Amino acid sequence: MSEPFEPKIVAFVCTYCTYAGADLAGTSRLKYAPNVRIVRLPCTGRISPMFILKALQKGADGVLVSGCHPGDCHFTHGNYHARRRWMVFRALLDFTGIPPERVMFSWISAAEGSKFADLINSVTEDIRKLGPFDQYQELITETESPATL
Amino acid sequence: MAKIGVFICHCGENIAAKVDCTKLAAAMGEHPGVAVSVEYKYFCSDPGQESVKKAIRENNLSGIVIAACSPRMHEATFRKACAEAGLNPYLCEIANIREQCSWVHTDKDMATEKAADIVRSMVEKVKRNNKLQPIEVPVTRRALVIGGGIAGLQAALDIANAGQEVVLVEREPSLGGHMAQLSETFPTLDCSQCIMTPRMVETAQHPKIRLLTYAEIESVDGYIGNFKVRVRMKSRYVDMKKCTGCGDCITKCPVKKISSEFDCGLGKRTAIYTPFAQSVPNMPVIDKASCIYFKNGKCKTCQKSCELNAIDFEMQDEFIDLEIGAIVVATGFQVQNTALYGEYGYGKFPDVITGLQFERLASASGPTAGKILRPSDGKEPENVVFIQCAGSRDPSKGVRYCSKICCMYTAKHAMLYAHKVHDGKTHIFYMDIRAAGKGYDEFTRRAIEEDEASYVRGRVSKLWQENGKLMVRGVDTLLGKPVTVVADMVVLATAMVPQPNAKEFAKTIGIAYDEYGFYNEAHLKLRPVESSTAGVFLAGACQSPKDIPDSVAQASASASKVLALFSKEKLEREPVIAVNNEATCAGCWGCVLACPYNAIEKKDIRDRSGKLVKQVAYVNPGLCQGCGTCVTFCRSNSLDLAGFTEKQIFAEVMGL
Repeated sequence: MSEPFEPKIVAFVCTYCTYAGADLAGTSRLKYAPNVRIVRLPCTGRISPMFILKALQKGADGVLVSGCHPGDCHFTHGNYHARRRWMVFRALLDFTGIPPERVMFSWISAAEGSKFADLINSVTEDIRKLGPFDQYQELITETESPATL
Repeated sequence: MAKIGVFICHCGENIAAKVDCTKLAAAMGEHPGVAVSVEYKYFCSDPGQESVKKAIRENNLSGIVIAACSPRMHEATFRKACAEAGLNPYLCEIANIREQCSWVHTDKDMATEKAADIVRSMVEKVKRNNKLQPIEVPVTRRALVIGGGIAGLQAALDIANAGQEVVLVEREPSLGGHMAQLSETFPTLDCSQCIMTPRMVETAQHPKIRLLTYAEIESVDGYIGNFKVRVRMKSRYVDMKKCTGCGDCITKCPVKKISSEFDCGLGKRTAIYTPFAQSVPNMPVIDKASCIYFKNGKCKTCQKSCELNAIDFEMQDEFIDLEIGAIVVATGFQVQNTALYGEYGYGKFPDVITGLQFERLASASGPTAGKILRPSDGKEPENVVFIQCAGSRDPSKGVRYCSKICCMYTAKHAMLYAHKVHDGKTHIFYMDIRAAGKGYDEFTRRAIEEDEASYVRGRVSKLWQENGKLMVRGVDTLLGKPVTVVADMVVLATAMVPQPNAKEFAKTIGIAYDEYGFYNEAHLKLRPVESSTAGVFLAGACQSPKDIPDSVAQASASASKVLALFSKEKLEREPVIAVNNEATCAGCWGCVLACPYNAIEKKDIRDRSGKLVKQVAYVNPGLCQGCGTCVTFCRSNSLDLAGFTEKQIFAEVMGL
C-alpha cells in the first residue's frame, strides 16, 4: 500500500486572533497535523486574493484563511472586508477552474487554541481527501507557459 | 547581495527534542543569500544575544532570522540586539518553530521539514525587509477608569495620588459596586462598607479625579496614548448642581414598592432613589420605567417637594468627549442566573436565596437591619443549609471554572449566622474546600471548630418543601450514603460570571475575551494586567473571578502600568503603516472607503506654477494603525504596507 498523501497547506492568518490562537495551541501542547504553514499578517483585511493564488501556484494543495470573529477585529472591521472579498473571490475561483473547496475561511480567536488544533486537523483531512492539487501545474506544462502572477 | 544570518535556537529541549536543529542549520546554510547559519541552546540568553550581535558585526549581515519561539515572546529582545549591533531592528524576523512547530507535532522528521519551510520563508521575507524607523506619538496624560467598584476605585486613587488626571465612569447611580453590598468580609470579618465608603468619599473629593456616575461608555477610538472616548451621561432627571441630597423627594415619592437592585430583591425602593444610604454621590436618580409621571404624565410629587428646584423632567442624555491616554477596565462580574438550577428551587421557594442575598440579610444596612430573617415569613431560621458550587465547576451548566470566592464566603456566612443566631444549625454541602490565601485556611477551620459549621462532602440532588420546611436531599460521599437535611433556609453559593454585556463591551473597547466573556490578559503569567490592546489594562473580576485582596492588588498593578506609560514624553509605535506611491495613484479613493481609521486624506499634487495636476491619497502616519485593508483594496497597487509589503509576502509564500 502506498504512503498516505501528505497535503501541503498554506494558512494566511491575522496576528491578533488566529496567530495568537495558534500560539496558544502550542503553549497548551496540543498536537495537530504538521501539514500547515502559517503566513502571519497584521489583519485578514491585508490578505490579497493574489496571495492565495500564489500559494496554489507554488504547489500548495489547499489554502486556509483565518482571522478574528466578526465584530472582534483588532482593526474594527478588517475581517468584514476580508469576508466580502472572499465571497467575490470564491466566484472567481470557480471561474478559473480552481475547486473552491481548496480554499477555506474560518474565524479563530486568540483564546481558541483547541479550536485551532481541531481546524488544522479537519482541514488537513479534507484536503487529503481531495488529493494533490495538480490541475494548475498540468495546465502550465500543457501550454508550456511559465505563468507568473 | 543579501547576507542573511540564521540563528536556530534549541530552547533547551523545547525545540531540539522535535526539530533536528543541526540538520536544519546545515540546510539553511545552503540556502541562497544565507551567510551564517548556526544553532545554540538559548539565543535569548545573554551569551546567545552576544553571539547574534557578534555575527552581525563580523559578517556585516543585511538581515537576520531567529528561529525560536513566537515573535510575541522575543521579537523585542532580538530587535534590540540588532539595534545594538548597528543593524536596523526591522531587519530582524522571527521564525516561530516552537509554539507553531515543535510543541504541536510528534514526528521529528515532519517537524524538521516544517521548521525548514518556516525558516526558509522568513529568510525570503527578510531579504526584502526595509529599514524602518519607529513612529513617535504623543501621550495624553489622562486615564479613564471604567467601573466604580473596589478595583476601579483603587486604580483611580493610585493614579490620581501619583498626580495624574483620572476620569472615573460608573454605570450605576453610585460608586461601590458589589463590595458595597457585602456585610462583612473574609478572612477578618471587618465590615465591608466601613472599609469601602472612605475610599468612595476620597475618590469623589479627589481634585485629580473627575467622577461620572450614571454614565456609560458610548465609543472608544484611537490607540495607546491617544484614545478618544465618548461617554453617555444618562439623564438622572435631577440637577446635580442644585441637589444637596436632602432626601425629601425620596420620602415623598408615592411609588414605594419597587424591588431594590441593591438589596437583590429583598428590599424595596422608591421611583426616585439612591441605591443605598451611603451612596456617592448622594444624589438621587429617577427610575423612568417606574415613575408615575413618565407613565401617565401626572404626579411630579418629588418636584413639588424639592425646595431647590433640582428636579428636571425634561433632562436629556448628554455626551461627553474625552481625550484619554490609558484605560483601566474594571467592570466587575455578576452572579449566575440561578434559574439554571431548577433542582434547587430558586424562585419557586422564597427561602432559597443566593449568597449575595444572604449578604444583604446579614448587612446592618440591609432590609432586615442585619437580622437573619427568612424572606417567606420573616422568622429567624433555625437550620440553614449552604450549597457550594451551585453553578461553578459544572460543565453541564456552562461554567467549568472555580469561582474562587464561594468556599470563603460560605464559611463566612456560616460564622455570621452562628454569631447572630446562637442556637442555629448550619450544614454546608461542598465538593472541596479551597481556602488558599493568607489567613484563609485558618478562617475555614474557625468556622468548623468555633462556630460549629457542619461540612458535608457531596452534592445536593433535590430540594423540595414538606410541612413548611425545605427538605435537602444530597449525598455524603465520605459516609457513602444519601442524606436528607431539614432546613428553614437554603443559601446557594452561585457562580461568578461575567457581566451580561461583557462581550459587547469588549468589542466597544477592542479587547479580547475568553469563552465565558472574561477579559483576556496579554500573558496569563507575565502580563496579567495588560489586555490584548496596548494602553488598555484590566483590574478586578472582569478578568477572572477574584476576591477583594486580589482585585485591589490587580488594580494597583494596573495603576502602576498606567503611570509607567505616563512617565514617557513620547511613545514609540511600530512603523507598520501604509505608504502610497503617489506617482501611480489614480485617486480612485477606494482606500478611503476601506480605512477603518479615516487615516487617508486627499493630497493635492501641483506643478511649479501651482496648478493642480491631480489628487492622490496620503496616509496620515499618526492615524494609520497598519491593518493593510487599504493595500489589498488598492486597484493600482500604489499602496503598500511597511513591514508586510507585497514583495515580502509573495517572497514568503515562495519560500514555503
